[in-house]
Amino acid sequence: MIVAVASGKGGTGKTTVSASLASVWPSPVVAVDLDVEEPNLHLFMNPAISAQEPSYIEIPEIDDEKCTRCRACTDICQFKAIGIFGEVVMTFPEMCHGCGACWTICPEEAITPGKRELGQILSGRSGPSAFVMGRLRVGEAMSPPLMRDVKRHLNGGSGYAGRDIIIDAPPGVSCPAINAVMDADVIVLVTEPTPFGLYDLALAQQAFAPLGKPMGVVINRADIGTRDVYDHCQKTGLTILAEIPYQRDIAEAYAKGRIIAVAVPSMRALFETLVGQIKTLHGQPSMAREVQHA
Amino acid sequence: MEKIAVSSEGPDMDARVDPRFGRAAGFIIIDPDTMAFEYVDNGSSQVMAQGAGIQAAEIVAATGARVLLTGFVGPKAFQALNAAGIRIGQNVDNLTVREAVQRFQAGDVPVADAPNSRGHRS
Repeated sequence: MIVAVASGKGGTGKTTVSASLASVWPSPVVAVDLDVEEPNLHLFMNPAISAQEPSYIEIPEIDDEKCTRCRACTDICQFKAIGIFGEVVMTFPEMCHGCGACWTICPEEAITPGKRELGQILSGRSGPSAFVMGRLRVGEAMSPPLMRDVKRHLNGGSGYAGRDIIIDAPPGVSCPAINAVMDADVIVLVTEPTPFGLYDLALAQQAFAPLGKPMGVVINRADIGTRDVYDHCQKTGLTILAEIPYQRDIAEAYAKGRIIAVAVPSMRALFETLVGQIKTLHGQPSMAREVQHA
Repeated sequence: MEKIAVSSEGPDMDARVDPRFGRAAGFIIIDPDTMAFEYVDNGSSQVMAQGAGIQAAEIVAATGARVLLTGFVGPKAFQALNAAGIRIGQNVDNLTVREAVQRFQAGDVPVADAPNSRGHRS
C-alpha cells in the first residue's frame, strides 16, 4: 500500500504525521520525502544516508552545422526552450521541460539529448524503515521531473520490494502535489480547524477527487479555531481519521526534531489507531469511484 | 536605413509605447527613411505561460528590424535580441510610438548593454 500524506495548506503537519506513521507502522516501511523543494522528513527520521545519486532532465543540444533553421523545433516547443532569431539558434536550458519533441521532430537529426541536473536522490535507513528523499537543485524551477525520478528509484530498488510506502507530499494543489499523490492507494489530508485550513483542505479535496482515491482527514491542533472543518468533512463525506490535540508536550517534541508518536506516549496510541483507520480506508471504494460507476 | 521596431499598445504611430517587451500587444515596424510602418501582432506571446520574451524576440527578428525601442527587457529576451544583432533602447515608455522614434533619431536613446528587468523565472 502507498499512503500519501498531503494538504492544501503548508505547515499543517504533513511531516509530523508522515514520520509518526512510519514509526508506528506494524511492518518496516519506505518513508519517502517527495517535498523535493524543501524536504524536511529527514530532520525527524534522522536517516543514515548510504547513497546519493544525481537526477537529470534531458534537454536539447543543437548541432549548428546540421541545423537548417527550418523552425520545426521552435514551433513545437511549448516552453520556448529553443529560439531562432534570424539566423541564430539558441537554447534556453532552464526553460526546457524535457519532453523530447524537438529531437523527435528535427528532420536533420541536428538535435541530440543533453542533460540538466534537477537535484539529488538520497537514500538510506532510519531504524527498520528505508528512507528516500529528493532534493531539488537550488535554482531549479521544475520539481515534478525529479519527483518522477524518485519514484523510478523506488520501483527499481530491491530493498523496497513488498514494503508499504509512506509519502510526505509537498503542500498545495499544483503539479508537484498531484505528482506526489497520483500513485498512492490512500490520501491522508492533514489540516487544521482554521479558515485557512478549511479553505485549502477544500481545494485539495477538489484537486485530488478526480484521481478516484480514498481520502481521509487528520485534524492537527484540533482544539483551536472553529468547527467549520468538521462541518465541511461531514457535509462532503470526508472521514476524519484522527485529531491531534494542540498540546505543549507535542509542540516541544516537534521543536526538538523528535517524532511525536515516539516522544509523546498518548500520540503512539493515536497513530496506531490511525494506521488501522488508513488500512480500513484502503479497503473501501472511494466516493469518486462510486460516482464513476453510477 | 535600418528598420526600427517599437513595442506598441496599438496598431498606429500615435499608439502608446507598450512598456513590456515580451508581453507587448504588438510591434510597429518603421522604415525611418519614409516613416512607412506596419503592425505585427504579439498576441501569441501574451498568452504564453513562459517564454513570452523569447517568442517576442523571434517575432521582432523575423521582421528584419535592427533596432528595438521598448520599456523593459528581461534577461532571456535581451540575450536573444543581442544574438540576433538587434540593438535595444530601453526605458522608452510614457511616449507615443511616433515620439519614441523621433527621440531615437535625435540620438536621445542610448543602446542598452544590460537588461533592465529581472524576468520572471530567474
